[in-house]
Amino acid sequence: MKSVAASCIAGALAVVASAVAPVGAQTIYPIDRAEILAGSRFDLKVEFPGAPDQAAARVTINGQDPASVLGQSAMFTPNEDGGDYSAYWIRGASIPKAGKYTVEATVGDRKSSVVWEVFDTGAPKAKNVILFIGDGMSIAHRTAARILSKGIVQGRYGGDLAMDDMPYMALVSTAGTDSIVTDSANSMSAYTTGHKSCVNALGVYCARNKNTLDHPKVETIAEVVKRLRGLSVGVVTTTEIEDATPAGMVAHTRRRSDYNDIVKMFFAVQPDVMMGGGSPNFLAKSTPGSKRTDEDNYIKKFEDAGYKFVSTKTELEAANGAGKVLGLFNTGNVDGALDRYFLKKGGVTRFPDQPDLTDQVKASLDILSKNDKGFVLMVESGRIDKYAHSLDWERSVYDTIMLDNAVKLAKDFAASRNDTLVIVVPDHAHPVSLVGTYDDKRPGQQLRDKLGIYAEAGFPDYPAANGQGYPDKVDVSRRLAFVFGAFPDYCDTGRPYLEGENVPAVTGATKETFVANEKYCTTPGAVRRTGNLPFEAGQGVHSGDDVLLTAMGPGAEQFRGRIDNTRVFRVMATALGLAPGSGQ
Amino acid sequence: MRRRVLLAAVALLPATAHALDVASLRFDQLYKSFGVRGYEFSDTLLSLKGKPVAMKGYMAPPLKPESHFFVLTGQPLALCPFCQSDADWPADIVVIYLKSAAPMLSGGDPVLVSGRLEVGSWTDPETGFVSQIRIVDASFRRG
Repeated sequence: MKSVAASCIAGALAVVASAVAPVGAQTIYPIDRAEILAGSRFDLKVEFPGAPDQAAARVTINGQDPASVLGQSAMFTPNEDGGDYSAYWIRGASIPKAGKYTVEATVGDRKSSVVWEVFDTGAPKAKNVILFIGDGMSIAHRTAARILSKGIVQGRYGGDLAMDDMPYMALVSTAGTDSIVTDSANSMSAYTTGHKSCVNALGVYCARNKNTLDHPKVETIAEVVKRLRGLSVGVVTTTEIEDATPAGMVAHTRRRSDYNDIVKMFFAVQPDVMMGGGSPNFLAKSTPGSKRTDEDNYIKKFEDAGYKFVSTKTELEAANGAGKVLGLFNTGNVDGALDRYFLKKGGVTRFPDQPDLTDQVKASLDILSKNDKGFVLMVESGRIDKYAHSLDWERSVYDTIMLDNAVKLAKDFAASRNDTLVIVVPDHAHPVSLVGTYDDKRPGQQLRDKLGIYAEAGFPDYPAANGQGYPDKVDVSRRLAFVFGAFPDYCDTGRPYLEGENVPAVTGATKETFVANEKYCTTPGAVRRTGNLPFEAGQGVHSGDDVLLTAMGPGAEQFRGRIDNTRVFRVMATALGLAPGSGQ
Repeated sequence: MRRRVLLAAVALLPATAHALDVASLRFDQLYKSFGVRGYEFSDTLLSLKGKPVAMKGYMAPPLKPESHFFVLTGQPLALCPFCQSDADWPADIVVIYLKSAAPMLSGGDPVLVSGRLEVGSWTDPETGFVSQIRIVDASFRRG
């Protein structure tokens, strides 16, 4: 089996010498099969193992000197970062003309090669793009959100979600360059740059550089539309603004946790609207509550650059008319809908006036739509994923409903005009599923006694949703049995966590291990689940399952069948007509 | 039961012989407000600046098995900030500098720390770790 696979690859790549080169062949970034928007910027890097001299190493693009093709001169660094390799760099390159480009790197008799596709876009079809990310939003989240917010009778729903009712759909594969399972950095980077990368990386390929900020960069859509087209850009989230998904709009780092650098990158790109949580990385280190390591006060820097700074829903509403807005509504993540509207847990006491994602989207559209050239707005419901990590499905599903409410606003905005592409897509999946209902009235004492499956599941008895699509009660007697396929040791109560977000496991006695959080183990009916994850995993994890994209508006017709996540960038770039000479 | 054992142990140890002079400080007493533009230290905290205090909390997963430095948190950490790149410290932490290096415990058990309270921004020259609230010249035991 193995040899068959190997020979297939060798056959397919017979002309590519790298397929038969010994271990330690040259590595070329961007990698083979990269799709590059014509005119967008990227760094070409070739790593030559064994640290050969410049004279012995040769790089060509379509047989020519790369400097002439890319319009920038090359740098050669023997033993880069003290490593046993030499690095060939052309930073800030771009290729204006579409076509196939073969990059060859040769040293002695060893040759590697990759082929890039530089793509054109044609004329603009859309003026605006609104990209909604349901972080970690899996099929079960979507189905549960529909059950809770629309109701279901005799197998028929009381209605569609706003994200359901869209004309175009595609199945999106999310794997990265390093793994079948991605993270939110790498996956968002694929949407915003069109290049796949590795876990924890944003806007860079994962090369051998020691400094996380030195890896080969690729341009983000926010940078491209600002640089080439003068569009406005909005970045809106319910997580910390420095977190992977919003950071994916502006950041270039191998390590997503470089929050202080990411704030600096936001300042460099200057999206016209930025909203989320995570203020501590904007505060000078001498300010109590700061997480910076320098004395830079980024709230002041943004204010000095013409931004209106807001920290509450009331201030956001009053900012109507501002040209640029920075909204930081929490020191951590913005609280989710279940806590803000119903349970009043999490940070709601400390931050009682946080906006809803719908408030944020409404304010963003008001500001961004003032630009006659158009805008790109990214909106993330980020805690769908956070709560899925903490095995707290009710909070995840309430934030899925919140996302859908925000999508409804964007659809209404787009409906009155035929110039806005709206995309709703998760960045990756979680291993979650609906397997039935837990019914307190079923006989028996154990949690599994309470689980109704097939015909016994019936329908849950959540009250009808309120005007915002939320049932006002989640601790009902017949609840969804929403299960997690991968977990650490934890105690499963089969009930919602009314006292605050679930913390399934805590650090254990042995280094880098986790044990069940005992506080849930005494709940009547709770069952102790032996983890099926590696011991160092303290919470639920992502899965490599495909995710579902829906879209509407000009350009959306390009979504069909199964696509790689990088295609989302290409569809956005094509809809906006971003390649040079495309008529703008 | 556990509490009684602890009290008995404390009474026997000379290091805490001045227990009566030592103010106990809780995590919910550190700040009076948590604003987006920064936190405000509580009056209680500021009044104890430079004085001996005792504080109960959880040792965050240590970097090394033996150290003179650890982070005290109000709740056991569900994540290991040193292990996972996307994890981060909670906002209200206290950094503990021990009188002498000692073997570290796991994150699951509560610890009782005593020492002198320091308040105000300080950057550890060795690690670059920035802290606002510290207990220095400290000792600790399982709490």
